[in-house]
Amino acid sequence: MCGIVGLLVKNPKMRDSIGELMLPMLIGMTERGPDSAGMAMFTAPVAADARKFSLFSGISDFNWTKLGHDFEKHLSIKAKIEPKDNHAVLTTTLEPATVKMWLKEHYPQLHLLSVGQLMDIYKDVGTPAQVADRYDFKNFKGTHLVGHTRMATESAVTPAHAHPFTAGEDWCLVHNGSLSNAHSLRRKLEKEGIEFETDNDTEAACRFLQWRMREGDDLKTALNHGFEELDGFYTLLMGTSTELALVRDPYGCKPAIIAEHDDYVAIASEFRSLAHLPDIKNAKVFEPSPKEMYVWKL
Amino acid sequence: METLKFDLDTKPLRDVNQFLHGDADSLNGKKVVIENPNGAHNVAVGLKADVDVTIKGHTGYYAAGMNQIAKVTIEGSAGSGVAENMMSGVVHVKGFASNAAGATANGGLLIIDGDAGLRTGIAMKGVDIVVGGSVGSFSAFMAQAGNFVILGDAGEGLGDSIYEAKLFVRGTVKSLGADCEEKTMNGEDKQILADLLKKSGHADVSPDSFKQYGSARTLYHFHVDNAGAY
Repeated sequence: MCGIVGLLVKNPKMRDSIGELMLPMLIGMTERGPDSAGMAMFTAPVAADARKFSLFSGISDFNWTKLGHDFEKHLSIKAKIEPKDNHAVLTTTLEPATVKMWLKEHYPQLHLLSVGQLMDIYKDVGTPAQVADRYDFKNFKGTHLVGHTRMATESAVTPAHAHPFTAGEDWCLVHNGSLSNAHSLRRKLEKEGIEFETDNDTEAACRFLQWRMREGDDLKTALNHGFEELDGFYTLLMGTSTELALVRDPYGCKPAIIAEHDDYVAIASEFRSLAHLPDIKNAKVFEPSPKEMYVWKL
Repeated sequence: METLKFDLDTKPLRDVNQFLHGDADSLNGKKVVIENPNGAHNVAVGLKADVDVTIKGHTGYYAAGMNQIAKVTIEGSAGSGVAENMMSGVVHVKGFASNAAGATANGGLLIIDGDAGLRTGIAMKGVDIVVGGSVGSFSAFMAQAGNFVILGDAGEGLGDSIYEAKLFVRGTVKSLGADCEEKTMNGEDKQILADLLKKSGHADVSPDSFKQYGSARTLYHFHVDNAGAY
């Protein structure tokens, strides 16, 4: 199993409470995914020349302040560090390649979850309620988000195996389903110079789309290639800086339900995660067709 | 008629289902309203009394599964497997239904006013199904008996490996499955179709606007020349 949730808030007045709106959605998917949870949150952008780096330490007493000081001292550049337990968001104007190299050299134990101007990622093991509480999901403010609750079926239960996965700046993906050709995809993609961080099947799908987009495909073309090459069951929900996108496999094996309202678009594996949303009775609730791409823009 | 109300916001679903599984004599003729289902799974499953249940909202998986005798109305949409393995009675979904509606159902009538998802009526064994909208791919897969009326369109592979069962489609069929073929509608078939249209609130729709499909019966027994079709 696994549960997915997505929320895009169209009404600017409601964006400060996106965390509160989302929390029951995520917790509603606990039975589908009780072992890990994750969230990609798209916030207001940082300055045009800056980037946010979502970092994961794995331990709660990690000294994030020291990392901030070391960063500024070694690289002679300002950086902002915002810790939340074992995660932190580092904001700096230094170019990503240099930041990545510095992190690898000085803090090799850290896991870099994402890079972008809007997106923060939090993911960890635990029930959705525990993970949400640990990283204060309730107080998120932003425009849209992509969340996941995991019931692992094919690879280990670790924070790195939790979703979302990323492929490039401000781009993330969550998956409900399983891919039977993940390992052969991985062998093929590694030959193309694509690097993997885990043996998770969803990461193989994510890297496949990353590779197609590197080769010049737009998202739609990349997903059309995905229909041909991804063998298995999947509902994929993707987030970019300005949109959410959803596809289901051609056999409609994994569920999804959508609620379109004047104020928001909400997506979940099941309706029980949407039932609490404001004025849901007047939303257009429907099930997406298999093998079709749905895109909602801000 | 006595009407009992249950609010799933305050009453555990298990209590409501256990009430509905009570002594048939005490339930017969009762009207039950279930409020705030909010997508819960297994609402009103396994009923076996002459009770009239109205669910005020959307249900999750397997609503009214295994139904016998009872009439269950869902005033919203239904998740996967609504009325799966129904034996008798009536299940009426006023919105749309997700995948595998009426799967393996032996009898009774399943009415879906909106669209139905993939694999609707898969392995149906005698149920009557009427879908006001369109159905997804692989509907009536391995259908064995019963009647299936589709007022809209059908997706890919309709009636794949069908044994028996009569399929009536008003719209277009994207493709027929293995061993499913168009049939000539005889007078008896037309009467079955007209009765089902009337029972499901589509009395205004002419049976003449439908095409009928059924089994070509070439896959009943293994024949090496058919190996490719299996």
